[in-house]
Amino acid sequence: MSADEQSMRRVTAIRNGTVIDHIPGGMVLQALQIFNVDGRHSNPISLVMNVPSRKLGTKDILKIEDRELTQEELDRLALIAPIASVSIIRNYSVAEKLSIKLGDEMVNVARCVYSNCISNSEREPLPHRLKVLKTSPMTLQCHYCGRIQNLERLVKNLL
Amino acid sequence: MNSLITMNDLTNDDIHRILLDAEKLLPIAKGEFHLPLLRGKILGNLFFEPSTRTRMSFETAMKRLGGDVINLGAVASSSVVKGETLHDTIRMVDGYSDIIALRHPRQGAAQYASDCAKVPIANAGDGAGHHPTQTMLDLFTIKQAHGKIENLNVVLVGDLRFGRTVHSLSYALVRFGCKLTLVSPESLRLPEEIVNELKAQGGELTITEDLKPQLKDADVVYMTRIQKERFPDEDEYLRVAGIYKLVANDLASVKNDMIVMHPLPRVDEINPDVDSTRHAAYFEQAFNGVVTRMALLCNMLNIPIPEKIGGGK
Repeated sequence: MSADEQSMRRVTAIRNGTVIDHIPGGMVLQALQIFNVDGRHSNPISLVMNVPSRKLGTKDILKIEDRELTQEELDRLALIAPIASVSIIRNYSVAEKLSIKLGDEMVNVARCVYSNCISNSEREPLPHRLKVLKTSPMTLQCHYCGRIQNLERLVKNLL
Repeated sequence: MNSLITMNDLTNDDIHRILLDAEKLLPIAKGEFHLPLLRGKILGNLFFEPSTRTRMSFETAMKRLGGDVINLGAVASSSVVKGETLHDTIRMVDGYSDIIALRHPRQGAAQYASDCAKVPIANAGDGAGHHPTQTMLDLFTIKQAHGKIENLNVVLVGDLRFGRTVHSLSYALVRFGCKLTLVSPESLRLPEEIVNELKAQGGELTITEDLKPQLKDADVVYMTRIQKERFPDEDEYLRVAGIYKLVANDLASVKNDMIVMHPLPRVDEINPDVDSTRHAAYFEQAFNGVVTRMALLCNMLNIPIPEKIGGGK
């Protein structure tokens, strides 16, 4: 059994829901934030943190039962886990494999972290736009003010 | 050429061409010759922050070329105080004018306005962001003094953190192979992300707090005001206010053709006794705002500038 398989089996298989693998080690809590999952959420959630990974060194795994994440929700995950792999589970089997689609720009995913950016003005109607400059390491730039975004702060500015 | 938001909207060739255009337009800027290249065109001047030189020189540039200007006027007497968004203001003025000059306290405002408007936007300063038309007039001033803008030693002094003028200028100077010496107190250093970008573009930078030793080898000393209005707290401002003061005696052993520049207004960073030295270039620099903006307006409105102006009639 490979290290990745051992990691996956640290928690029990789920019947229905979404399994996200290859989240960079230590980032799974931010992933929960991205999916608006908090402690009061009723779906059972399993987390595996900081297990060895060939691709990433260490990785996290997230299993959310009875919820199939949409492509749009998954694309937001690109902020912290651009190479994560996602499986939709139905009746204990992988029904679909999804990948995160990262275009040249993230539109209305998060607000620019600089409070003085015009995009943080109240009621301005144009969309929040972040250009993807690089994916490794993930480097995002606000389309309007041109400033490079701090990802930890950006996760707190998710829309 | 459409909007001018940052210096990245101009190639080096564009910059050289516009500087040559500005030179051709000098007789018109001085009022020696009349050529209404922009007759029938209207500039919308939208200044959401105080401005003397930039606003007036845009207005003068337009009028010298036979165009007209509409002004937002004081923000306090506009719809902005009623809560109008920048988007709506721009959409409105877009219908009233052929080109818009925008100054706004928020960074990114010019790009945002450009996304809302059909007419070109000239960024006349967006928060601590960019001020590319100022950079063009600075480059013009440097070219007038040194005959070139390449490979010079430029010392930038003062508020390098909040000063959008030096942000835009430093990007441009590095593109032309100038060596930059960045003189500021630690709290007002050029933002790290700009320093990193300049270095990535091959920029040769020296960072120091000490002004006087830098003067001897300088071709250009670019002084800036410590901007009280950009400090969140007055104590922090008072700690650095008045830290750099250039006086005529400091210029005793500088290069003959070294120029002292300043985007103005100055407070006390250049003593008035410097004004009468051959090095003072800041009032000429302010005048150059007119001729450079004339060239920019023509370029942004796709109005060709005749090869010869004045002499031949």
